[in-house]
Amino acid sequence: MIRAVFSALLSHWLKSPLQAVALFGGLALATALWSGVQAINAEARQSYARAAATVSEGDYAQIRGALTLSDFVTLRRAGILVSPIVEGRLNGVRIIGVDVLTSPTLTAFPTENMNEIEGPAFYGTAEALALVQLAPEIGKVVVEGAAPNTVYADITLVADLLDRGTEIDRLIVLKDQPVGAASPEELGYKVTPAQAGTDLAKLTDSFHLNLTAFGLLSFAVGIFIVHSAIGLAFEQRKPMIRTLRAVGVPLQTLIGLMVAELVGLATVAGGIGVFLGYLVAAALLPDVAATLRGLYGASIEGTLSLSPIWWLGGVVVSIGGALIASLGVFLKLWQMPLLAAAQARNWQTNGPLRRLRRGAVILCALLGFGILFFGKGLVAGFVLLGALLIGAALLLPGVLSLVLSLGQRMASGVLSQWFWADTRQQASGLSLALSALLLAMAANVGVATMVSSFRVTFVQFLDQRLAPELYIYAETEDEAERIERFVEPLVDAVLPLVYQDTVVSGVPTEIYGAKNHSTYPDNWRLIQGSEDPWGQVARGAVLVNEQFARRTDQWTGTEIEIEGRTFVVAGVYGDYGNPIGQIVMTQAVFSEVYPDKRALRFGLRVDPDKVQNVSDALRDFGLSDDQIINQAAIKSLSKGIFEQTFVVTDALNILTLAVAGFAILMSLLTLATMRLPQLAPIWALGLTRNRLARFEILRALIFALITSAAAIPLGLILAWVLLAVVNVEAFGWKLPLYFFPLDYVKLVIEALIAAVLASLIPAMRLGKTSTSQMLKVFANER
Amino acid sequence: MNARIFALLCILLPSFALAQGFAGLGTKADDFALPEKGYQFEFPKDHGPHNDFRIEWWYVTANLTAKDGTPYGIQWTLFRNALEPIAAEGWGLEQVYMGHAALTTPKAHYATERYARGGTGQAGALASELTAWIDDWTLTQNTISAAGPDFAFDLRIDVVGPLVFHGDQGYSVKSAEGQASHYYSAPFMKVDGTLHLPSGEVEVSGTAWLDREWSSQPLASDQTGWDWFSLSFDGGEKLMGFVLRGETDYTQATWINADGSTEPLGNGAFQATPLEWSETSGPEVPTRWAVMLPQKGIDIVVEALNPDAWLPLSIPYWEGPVSVSGSKSGRGYLEMTGY
Repeated sequence: MIRAVFSALLSHWLKSPLQAVALFGGLALATALWSGVQAINAEARQSYARAAATVSEGDYAQIRGALTLSDFVTLRRAGILVSPIVEGRLNGVRIIGVDVLTSPTLTAFPTENMNEIEGPAFYGTAEALALVQLAPEIGKVVVEGAAPNTVYADITLVADLLDRGTEIDRLIVLKDQPVGAASPEELGYKVTPAQAGTDLAKLTDSFHLNLTAFGLLSFAVGIFIVHSAIGLAFEQRKPMIRTLRAVGVPLQTLIGLMVAELVGLATVAGGIGVFLGYLVAAALLPDVAATLRGLYGASIEGTLSLSPIWWLGGVVVSIGGALIASLGVFLKLWQMPLLAAAQARNWQTNGPLRRLRRGAVILCALLGFGILFFGKGLVAGFVLLGALLIGAALLLPGVLSLVLSLGQRMASGVLSQWFWADTRQQASGLSLALSALLLAMAANVGVATMVSSFRVTFVQFLDQRLAPELYIYAETEDEAERIERFVEPLVDAVLPLVYQDTVVSGVPTEIYGAKNHSTYPDNWRLIQGSEDPWGQVARGAVLVNEQFARRTDQWTGTEIEIEGRTFVVAGVYGDYGNPIGQIVMTQAVFSEVYPDKRALRFGLRVDPDKVQNVSDALRDFGLSDDQIINQAAIKSLSKGIFEQTFVVTDALNILTLAVAGFAILMSLLTLATMRLPQLAPIWALGLTRNRLARFEILRALIFALITSAAAIPLGLILAWVLLAVVNVEAFGWKLPLYFFPLDYVKLVIEALIAAVLASLIPAMRLGKTSTSQMLKVFANER
Repeated sequence: MNARIFALLCILLPSFALAQGFAGLGTKADDFALPEKGYQFEFPKDHGPHNDFRIEWWYVTANLTAKDGTPYGIQWTLFRNALEPIAAEGWGLEQVYMGHAALTTPKAHYATERYARGGTGQAGALASELTAWIDDWTLTQNTISAAGPDFAFDLRIDVVGPLVFHGDQGYSVKSAEGQASHYYSAPFMKVDGTLHLPSGEVEVSGTAWLDREWSSQPLASDQTGWDWFSLSFDGGEKLMGFVLRGETDYTQATWINADGSTEPLGNGAFQATPLEWSETSGPEVPTRWAVMLPQKGIDIVVEALNPDAWLPLSIPYWEGPVSVSGSKSGRGYLEMTGY
């Protein structure tokens, strides 16, 4: 029996191949977008995890000072897991020696081409290895994408090369300490806490968060398609279900078989979706790689591997999505009276569903406001995002109906009135597809706004922060002093950049000493400040960055304690991208607080025309190229990066829109056959088929237009949530929101084009419907 | 147990394997010293490291019981691997030490590892008394302790019997081709102390077994792994036996009487047959064995306390406490590698 029932159920898809395509395609596309985004994220993370491990041990607490091998052994014998680092410079290249036996960052060393090495080796980029000029018998392993101008080796080799004996520069404190281990402080060592988040992974999280949010939105769009396809299929199969139950198939068996059918479909569709997602990711990855490399200097490999976890994850997501989308249908089936009549047009506008939808909207609104006022944390931010989107999607049919009835009331003439009435009647059948379009557009507006705001803010921020035309770096305090004396007469001003890492009000913070110079008041924009903040700073107050202000809730006017002294906060400045707290005081005050600290970095204010002359003079003085940085170069690099970000977001935007367009096409195609009985009388009254077809296109345009009108404000709210809620929760700073009207106009045009394209096939079909078919409607009329 | 060290170093420091001319398990021991038949052990000197041999270990396992009767097991191991047959002070990599510590309960298994250079003092062993250490993990005549991120143990030791020498007076042959090691044990040790588990501290007492072994010769080239048993029977007798798995299996065993006197048993006398395999967090391994030693009337079943005593370390293997039933009952430890 089960086989017979199952084949009866399956026969439906043969009869309505379009629905099968919609269901299948919807699931596959949703999974594709989801897994594509996940793939990019995962690949990027994996690739630069290694770079992060190599480049910065900032992730770890450290012990510094005059240390030797015996300090290392003392700590280890006390059960404290530490690992020594010896570093130095040779021919301008940074040389880092790690203990391969205890280093937590051992993964930094590639293993794949290890067998080619005969003996201990140095690792680094080809350029860096060439610069160091190692003896020929020392092994060299080229690691593409390693940190620039840096080579690594085991501590034995580096201590030898730099002639350091048993001296150590610093000790990394490992994260997982054994049970009952003492603390380094108990042994008299001072630990500098981990610079929470100086590692690349945390910085790039901002980028990944955007992509993840985007992946979720794309998936939601796909699920809307699936929901609509399942709903329609269910209504159309009602007579069959009725018959099957009437001949004695138990309800449980029927539901079980339908669930099995759906799971089977979802599994295959999910598999195809993962494959498609892989293709999307592979196509986009080079751009993502470029973005990350440029943005953070993190290198990710431009290749993808398709791991079993992705297949599994994609298929699970697909099945889960299909089951969620069909939950309502199965519930309805469970409660359906044995002899219920098919209501193919009414399945989504019936009373209980409307009430349910209204309830859901109210719930979403309550949830959203609740979180907005009381919520905390990243998860709350994402729940808010979800409540906002679902609420808006559920609200759309109501808005559509309202606008259309307004149109109907303003219409004059029979034809126009019929058009509006018919449009309104069709709205219910299209509402799910339009919800998908709404979400797709809102996501596009939101993400575009967010990325663009990010760019504008960042560029402004770069202009502020990189005001000096040249930056120079000294390796030692002696060198710094000599350079300062040398360069002073050549430039308008020398701004020493001196800082100290410490902890203020429990937050890891870097304290900067700034010279009293117009560069700062002229260029730094405060997001909050007292009157004449720089004047106050000159008199001994301090400025703090937004991260510090938020984390400690100490804003303008409050007093903070730094190394036992009390300072007034004169203002708060935006410090985008910096994960830790920062405090600025004058150089004079700084040298009182930290009398031993000398600047190794300097910003030089130079007439832009003289920049080249000054850098040449510095080079002649003996500075290497990497000790002199031209800020114009940094700025142009940073700007180039954001262009790359756009390539990725643009491509994803178009894909999402395509999915939404597909949803509209599928809905229209399904509706088209059902609509014939309604159009036939109009045709019989004298309207040509071509005119009817044009009306169909016009109708699609109106739908798209109304949806766009709703999508733009929704997208802006979405962007606001991302910038002002999610970003604050994730990274501790708020990004200002900027508007980009031209982008929105472009998006509306794209949506209209998508809608017209989607309505084109059904309209053309209608135009070509034979008169005999039109007439058949009347013959079949009951 | 040699292959483990070599495999580890191949993974950890492949360049060194090549630097040492190491090109396979069958090559000879270069400049390193070789075990000699008739070697006269000398104590406490032989408790300390033999830096001119390539590999060496201090291997302690203990079967423990809590007051409520719950059985536990601990493992404390220090491996020494020489990359050059000398000891020098400083950052050099002539002598590399590796520590493994594990704690097994009926339900859980915790394991962790450490590495160190011998020249720094971070790890080593003394020739003046039984003392070996890596970081804060220490083994002396009187104490044994280790700690990992989620467990620790701290036990007192009471030596209650003599040292035992395997094979031909401590010259233990490992293959038909003649590979061998110096091998002695201290199987008569009582221990008591504290286990630190994620759920809290547990007071335990029981017995421990120390293995000391050093060599420079790897296994025969066809030997892929081994199953090694150290069993203590309720009557006071003990049995050490191993099967080296190769094209043909090679077995050796030592029967230890309650007074510490020994009877070496050559290839073929000791037989171990898997009865049941279990899923672990690594590969499937046999966790129930039929062990036979017809010469001593031994026909027993050896069963793991916790079948998932897999150590997911740089070199993964299985090592855990076992119980013995059949013609004799008792407890012990089982080590399985190469699965």
